[in-house]
Amino acid sequence: MEMFGHRRVSLCAGFALVAGLASFAASAIAEAATYNLTVDRVKIDTGDFVKEGIGYNGASPGPVLRFKEGEEVTINVTNNLDEATSIHWHGLILPFQQDGVPTISFDGIEPGETFTYKFPIVQAGTYWYHSHSGFQEPDGAYGAIVIEPKAREPFRYDRDYVVQLADKHRHSGHRIMRNLKMMPDYYNRMQRTADEFFKDLSDKGLGATLSDRGDWGDMRMMPTDIEDVQGFTPLINGKGPKHNWTGIFKKGERVRLRFINSSAMAYFDIRIPGLKMTVVNADGNNVWPVPVDELRIAVAETYDVIVQPTEDRAYTIFAESVGRSAFARGTLAPREGMSGDIPEMRKRPLLTMADMGMAHEGMDHGAMSGMDHSKMPDMNKGAMKGMDHGAMPGMDHSKMPDMNKAAMPGMDHGSMAGMDHSAHGGMATKKADPFYADGSGLLPAAANGGKFLSYKDLKAQKPLYKHRPATREIELRLTGNMERYIWSVNGVKYGDAEPIRLKYGERVRFKFINETMMTHPMHLHGMWSILDTGAKKWNPIKHVVSVSPGTTVYMETEVDAPGQWAFHCHLSYHAAAGMFRKVIVEGGPQTASLPATKEVGQ
Amino acid sequence: MRTRLISVVPLLAALAIGPALAQETDFVAYGVQLEEFEYRWGDTDQRLAVWNGDAFVGTDEIRLRWLSEGEYDDRASAFETLENRLVLQTPVTDFFDVKAGARLDSPKNKSRWYGVLGLTGLAKQWIEIDADLFVSEIGDVSARLDAEYELLLTNRLILTPSADINFAFSDDRKMDVGAGLSSTEIGLRLSYDVVDRLLSPYLGVVWERKFGRTADIARDEGEDVESWFFTVGMKVLF
Repeated sequence: MEMFGHRRVSLCAGFALVAGLASFAASAIAEAATYNLTVDRVKIDTGDFVKEGIGYNGASPGPVLRFKEGEEVTINVTNNLDEATSIHWHGLILPFQQDGVPTISFDGIEPGETFTYKFPIVQAGTYWYHSHSGFQEPDGAYGAIVIEPKAREPFRYDRDYVVQLADKHRHSGHRIMRNLKMMPDYYNRMQRTADEFFKDLSDKGLGATLSDRGDWGDMRMMPTDIEDVQGFTPLINGKGPKHNWTGIFKKGERVRLRFINSSAMAYFDIRIPGLKMTVVNADGNNVWPVPVDELRIAVAETYDVIVQPTEDRAYTIFAESVGRSAFARGTLAPREGMSGDIPEMRKRPLLTMADMGMAHEGMDHGAMSGMDHSKMPDMNKGAMKGMDHGAMPGMDHSKMPDMNKAAMPGMDHGSMAGMDHSAHGGMATKKADPFYADGSGLLPAAANGGKFLSYKDLKAQKPLYKHRPATREIELRLTGNMERYIWSVNGVKYGDAEPIRLKYGERVRFKFINETMMTHPMHLHGMWSILDTGAKKWNPIKHVVSVSPGTTVYMETEVDAPGQWAFHCHLSYHAAAGMFRKVIVEGGPQTASLPATKEVGQ
Repeated sequence: MRTRLISVVPLLAALAIGPALAQETDFVAYGVQLEEFEYRWGDTDQRLAVWNGDAFVGTDEIRLRWLSEGEYDDRASAFETLENRLVLQTPVTDFFDVKAGARLDSPKNKSRWYGVLGLTGLAKQWIEIDADLFVSEIGDVSARLDAEYELLLTNRLILTPSADINFAFSDDRKMDVGAGLSSTEIGLRLSYDVVDRLLSPYLGVVWERKFGRTADIARDEGEDVESWFFTVGMKVLF
């Protein structure tokens, strides 16, 4: 994979001082590594079709960049395209001028130009990089980053593979955007048909079927609108299902799989039939291990899992897109050339009125609104078993201030009073994942009936920040108009919006209210997104927070990175359509020394 | 509409800048669509080559659209109808745009200019609507309502009923139009998407009927008042 020039130099403190790099003086040994990347036009072969695209060092995906925590990296990026480009280091904490977003962090890299990125690596884990210019990322400009930690990792593994997913489409990103603007359901080939109408007639009766079709027709929305773009071939490390990417293991070995979803638009449900996956890291940060049978990976997220195949056979890595229009497939096998069974894809889900935000109608808003999930510590199965059954009917709602109705969609006032063990069991499993609307059609379930990972299972193993109350809350309504293919925040597109201004040193609580019928993976550059799962100091530290339709999700950010940053939905065509903001961090120690970029402080 | 007309200038500027700034400036979309591109065999021996399509360029806020439709009489080697419209359209509600511009009818050896004001969009229950009001250069007012629905038999086999109703508020003898409900065209087409939504061949039936004084004028000129057609064609969307 590593076909790029790579040299690693050790600098002793003395040399660093001579060079005037005073910052190195603190550490006895500072390592530095130089990487060279070229941005090229490449051929992409998915097994289903071959197309022209964009890649790095002659291939898409680009090489896996292997950094070491604590080193200073220099990355020379040469643009061989005939248009401007950029590279964003997704999830990396770095000075904002190195973040690679044209017009926000820098001016971009012109054709023929070599731009040198230089930044210290201050973290470890699984990340990725991609172009932040136009539609180059969906066109193939992406690659993986693996950062080796300084300290010993709290889990063991014998082998380590990157499993980078992508949704490769025949059409160029620009063509896809144009088609969506012309006809928003251009790529939806899983719409409900006359055939399904007659099936529903016999299953549900005339009245129910007509009223269902009538309700959706009234809204001019489609219950099948889960993937805006279908017709892609999912790839694993650049290989289509027919190519069958294979990772080798020896029976009994522990294998670390670093899942990265580098798709433009597609979420995937990932499983390896026959193997339990132990999730140990999410978005680059270690979490308390969670054994699961299946997990859903949002666009731009990463999950590291450890599996331990105990049989001398091939295991299929099976990743169905959430809309069930296509699947990625790879293999873990003791030898090359083997393949396991490929499961059938499950039936496509349908959105429900709950996903349209209509589920709250029957709820007692008086009792529920304002309820704070975070005030109910450890609301998981284990903790619930220990609860006093007898005490529940008398539960005092006034003791649960600020409870958010969307964060607890599965609860209604009625069942709260009569809460019993069976209801609690449900809370920890299928019934009430607080990160889906109550009655959502998108609620996942493991294919084998087992454990499906939820956000509320993620607990930071080593919180990066002291848990403290947020200094203020910023409400971000995720808004859009599917028919016009316009996506926005608080009803305003990026081009018309004022930047979000944060103060260095504050802790901001972002409240995402998803008013659309799509799921949006929200990505804040430069600073961590601490997802509020109700685990307080153990809340997971992420760089992408997926917000399901009809839900409200909170995340908190310690504003510790001066400069200006991008904040957007990571679905490529939503970001380009306007679900995007510039964030300006005012104040902070480094501001004075920053070069006067045009927009700072305006 | 003056302010809207002026905003064509930045639109054209945005076109020149191109896609590199996709996130900061509005995405400029364009497209060409032929909803009807067909040959019709009539029950009274007519043979017509017919098209109905449009091309647009623009942003979310404003689009410039050229709409063209015509019926070429293969036997008479002449255009029975030929109509071109150039309009600017801008959103007024979540689902509807208002459009304004000019229309030129130039069938056979005559021509007529009109001003156009209309609405276009998606009504409840997925009915596509085009409603236009026309004022001709000599002050005659007329209106048209187009409605269309796509019934998915499968995700590629699509049955499309359509209706096109014309109404005139006064006679325009030169254009063979009489006051009142003037004409309707009802169609039913069965199409199959062969390549994406780029090419979709279809077959269908079309019923045309003239009414009232428009029908009288047609009778005077020895033309049919009512016709059935069988049609074969190809939808194009690029």
